[in-house]
This record gives sequence, structure tokens and C-alpha cells, in this order.
Amino acid sequence: MLVVNFLAIDPGKSISGKPITRYTLGRFRLSPLHLFYLRKIEDVYAMGIRSFLKNALVSKELDSQLNKINKPVGSLGYDPWGYNVDANKVAMAIFDYIYHKYFRVEARGIDNVPAEGPVLIVANHSGQLPIDGTLIGYALTSREKNPRVPRAMIERFFPTVPILGNMLNQVGAVLGDPVNCAKILSNNEAVVVFPEGIRGSGKLYKDRYQLKRFGNGFMHLAMKYNAPIIPVGVVGCEETIPAIANIKPLAKMLGVPYVPIALPVVFPAKVILNFGEPIYFDDNVIDEDHITERVEVVKSAISKLIDKGLSERKRLF
Amino acid sequence: MKRTNKPTILITGSAGALAQQVINRMSDSCNIVAVDFREQVYLGDDIPSYRIDFNKRVFEDLFRKYNFDGVIHLGRLIASQETRMRRYNANVLGTQKLFELSHKYGVKQVTVMSTFHVYGAIAYNPALIDEDAPLKAAELTMDLVDSVELENLANIYLWKYPDIHITVLRPCNIVGPGVRNTISLLLSSKYAPVLAGFSPMMQFIHIDDMADAIVVAHKKNIPGIYNVAPDDWVSYQEALQLSGCTRVQIPSIPPSLPRFISRIMGLKSFPVYLLNYFKYPVVIDGKLFRNTFSFKAKKPLKEVFRYYADGKRD
Repeated sequence: MLVVNFLAIDPGKSISGKPITRYTLGRFRLSPLHLFYLRKIEDVYAMGIRSFLKNALVSKELDSQLNKINKPVGSLGYDPWGYNVDANKVAMAIFDYIYHKYFRVEARGIDNVPAEGPVLIVANHSGQLPIDGTLIGYALTSREKNPRVPRAMIERFFPTVPILGNMLNQVGAVLGDPVNCAKILSNNEAVVVFPEGIRGSGKLYKDRYQLKRFGNGFMHLAMKYNAPIIPVGVVGCEETIPAIANIKPLAKMLGVPYVPIALPVVFPAKVILNFGEPIYFDDNVIDEDHITERVEVVKSAISKLIDKGLSERKRLF
Repeated sequence: MKRTNKPTILITGSAGALAQQVINRMSDSCNIVAVDFREQVYLGDDIPSYRIDFNKRVFEDLFRKYNFDGVIHLGRLIASQETRMRRYNANVLGTQKLFELSHKYGVKQVTVMSTFHVYGAIAYNPALIDEDAPLKAAELTMDLVDSVELENLANIYLWKYPDIHITVLRPCNIVGPGVRNTISLLLSSKYAPVLAGFSPMMQFIHIDDMADAIVVAHKKNIPGIYNVAPDDWVSYQEALQLSGCTRVQIPSIPPSLPRFISRIMGLKSFPVYLLNYFKYPVVIDGKLFRNTFSFKAKKPLKEVFRYYADGKRD
């Protein structure tokens, strides 16, 4: 509608004498190829970018696989944190290639994640960008039996970034806030947590696969909401963006957690995700020292899963 | 007005569409007295209607004359109306007078209408904000100070005079026929501004459902503070599309640029002090109200937006 309104129709005759219709845009005459692309733009405008991408990228098989997900959403496909059913389908279609072909991810023990109820998926963090969280999310969402959409907690500066903040929310990411995490667990959903936070994602290549200090917040939430913890050992993401140094003054000036010195490329390292057995904790401990002891149990489980992944990995790329 | 055994209720803000819906729902079971400080409206022979400034002494005469059992306080100047000083006088000092008179004349119950704006739109807001979350709107702009002050007053009177049952309702965006607030103006307009790259989650409640919520809150009389929102959400830009609006992208960075554009162009439906509400989400949790009062919104979001889309076709 939008484009066609600007077109002037000029009836005329071809060389052979047959009547034809010529289209002009201003003083430019449009070829059939121009018209084809203009109509494509028109389709995008009429349908909305999301619907257009969904029609173009999401196959019927993927659509039916994702329709199996039992996730509560409102009448227009949104949840309170901005997750959108169609946007997630588009993201899954795009990540299909990245997951299977680029990083050639192997996810082991994925069925350890319960089919329903609140659950915390706790993993080691690495690789400067949140690639690890995205791959864990893809693995669980594309799981053959009882797929789920886990919610990844993201850094606080993301909501202030135009386009990216909304895009991350639409595919399931949530502002890393204890209230958000508590509400999601009480909503019987799965949450991906990286207790190392930026200490983990911003670490240098020389410190690879060394777990940094874990925060205790996730343990309090797991105990309060009676949520099992699934430890995950991520191997491979450390090699995706190896950083040799962090320019702290520049990071402080820009208001970002870190500015790594690294090549401006994401390497296609082979990624192995090892999902461990669920660990259950009762709600009887009130002492913070005991909470820290419990956190160490989870940390040790993740450490063992990382070692397992490293021994299973045959090559870096 | 014929005096009967029915309770007598004072409803403020009677010139507004919402108050008139509430009056329609309650006029059979209560003796209604309607007041507005903007204009006098005719609401039928049985309903006395007045135009009175709450801060004038003549307002007290109404309490003497009618011996009210309850007050439903909907009369509030919204941030786009009048000057900051006039709003403060009407919304804060006027409400204080209302509470004082309610206490003095033995009114048993006051239901006060607030807004979700009091929580403030900031980037670090979690979703599903509970009633006990801090009210950060005053940090953002002086233009919303009166909304927060009104709530503070209600809280002070909640514990100061426990004999008055005070119920504060914080609804999400109220939309529908006759509503003249900022979001309703935007949804009605053919071209609506958006901040490029931002489309925060929003909640909408139809005016019919909101009127039902006020009536049920007053009838059940369970004092406290309640968010009022249906269990449904949509992004701002999708709400505009569903309402048939053409989105006009306004540059969002640096933050001073949209403020400058709004101020220079005098955009009444996209005022400077509400810009953050079109950038960051303020999603409230209406579970407490829904469970306490067994309330369920009847109008689905699609129907709400269809009303605005149909309005543009006519």
C-alpha cells in the first residue's frame, strides 16, 4: 500500500504493439525487478518485520517443535518480561545454523533438566559475550522431549541500549534482578544463572576454565522456591573471544563492565555443554556460612563437569 | 435526592468518563453525590452534582448536609493538565482536605485512585512490580511529585485514622471510550511518536473493567494498596500498530535529544516528563487485587485496540 501509493501508472504500448502498463516513481521508470523489490518492502511494511522474518525463516518443523513449549503468555504472545513467541521462533531459526554448524555444539545430559516446575540452571561463564547463555538456551528450547524456554539474566546496562535491549527481552532474556528471578521461579519457569557474573565473562584467556568467586544469591532463591539446581559445565566458549588484557580505565569511562583486548572476531570453537544431575537443597539453613558451603557444592559439581568436557574435547576448533 | 436506607457515597471527578461509569454502576444501590472541580455535570434528577474546589470552605457543607458513608476519590488532575502548582493544590492539598473532612464527619471508607506512574520508569525496573516497591517517580521529574505525594498522604491517614478504611488503587493505563489521558490520546491519533529502538512492555485496562474494579473494591471494603492490571501484556509499538497508528520514530540517543524535540514541538501526548515511560517498562503485578477481590478483566486487549483502530476508519 505504502509504495504503490507513490507509483504512477502509465498505460502504453510495447514494441510489438501489445498494451502494457508502465510504473514510474517520480521521474524514474521502474523495471519489473524494481517492482519486485518494492513489493517485497511493501510486504515487510504491511506484515511487520517480525512476521516477515518468521514467514521467511521459520520452517514448519521448527514451528511445530516450538509450539510444543508450554510457556504461559498473554493473549498477544507476550509475557511480562517482554518475551514474545514469534520473536523467539525467529531467533531459534537464526541460531540453528550458529549452534549446529558454527559452534557444532554437543549437549550432553540435557534431559536432566526437569520437564516442568522451577529450576535453576547454573553454569560457568566465559567468552566476553553471552554466547554461553544463548547456547544453553537453544539447547533446552530445541530439546526433543519437553522443550522449555530458560530465562537468562542479563547485565543491567542492556535495557538502556536501543534495539538490543528489546531484542534480548523478546527472545527470553531478563534484567538480572533478584525480584525478576524470584517472580520467574514462582511462575514455574527455568532460569539460567552465571554466579560468577562479569568476573567470569570478562576473564582473560590465561585464566580460562578457572572458576571465579560465586555469588550466593542463586542459592537463596533455589532454597526459597524449592527449585532444583542443574550444574552445567561449558567448554569451548573460552576460546570464542580470547582476551589478553582488559582496559579498565576505558571500561570505567564508557560505563561498561570491561573492554577486552581481543581480535574483533568470534572464533568457531567447538562447544561442549555437560548438564549434570539435579541437586536439591532444603530450606532449613539460615546461616550465610552454610549457604556458602552449599554454593561450594554446586561450584565443585560444575568444576567436575568442566573437566569432563575438557577430557572429551578432541580439538579446539 | 430522596433519602433512603441506602448508603450515601461522594464521588469526586464526576466530569470524567470513569467516574460516570462508576456512578452508573452504583446509583441503584447507593445515594450518589457527585463533585468535580472542573465543571458541573448533569447526571440525572436523583444525583446532586456540584462544581466545588476541595480547598474552599463550601466543600465542608456537603459533608454536613449529606452525612456520607463513603468517598470514592477519582478527581485528580493528570500531569498534562494545568500548572504544577495548580495540580499540587488540587491533588495533594485537596486530597488532604478530603481526608480531614472524612475523619471529622465519620466517613467509614475512602477509595482513592492513584496511578502506576508512581513507581517511575527506570531502566532497572523488574517486571511485575509489587505494591510494596519504592515509589521512584519523584526522582524522575517534578511533574509527578503530586502523584507520589497523594499516595504518601493516603498512607499517613491509613495509620493515623485506622477507623477510616482507605483503599488505594494503582491502575495501569486506562483506555477506552471517553478516556482523555495521554496514552488514550496516542492510541486515538493517526500518527504516534515512539522512541527509536525502544518498545517497553505495557499493560492496559478497559474503562469498563476499571469501573468494575473500583465498584468491587468499594463494596468489599478491604483497606490497603492494590495494583490493578489484567494478566496480559503488549509492547508499546505493537499496541500502536494494533490501534492502527502510524509510528513516527523519534531519535532516542542522546537522552536529551527526544526531550528537546518534545519540548520544541509541544507534543502534548508525548510530554517530556513521561518520555521514560515510553522507553522503560513499568509492569505491575495485579495479582493481589485479582485474588483479594476475585476480579477478572473482561475486555481482551485485542478488543481494546480494535476500538481505536475502528475509530480511525470512521
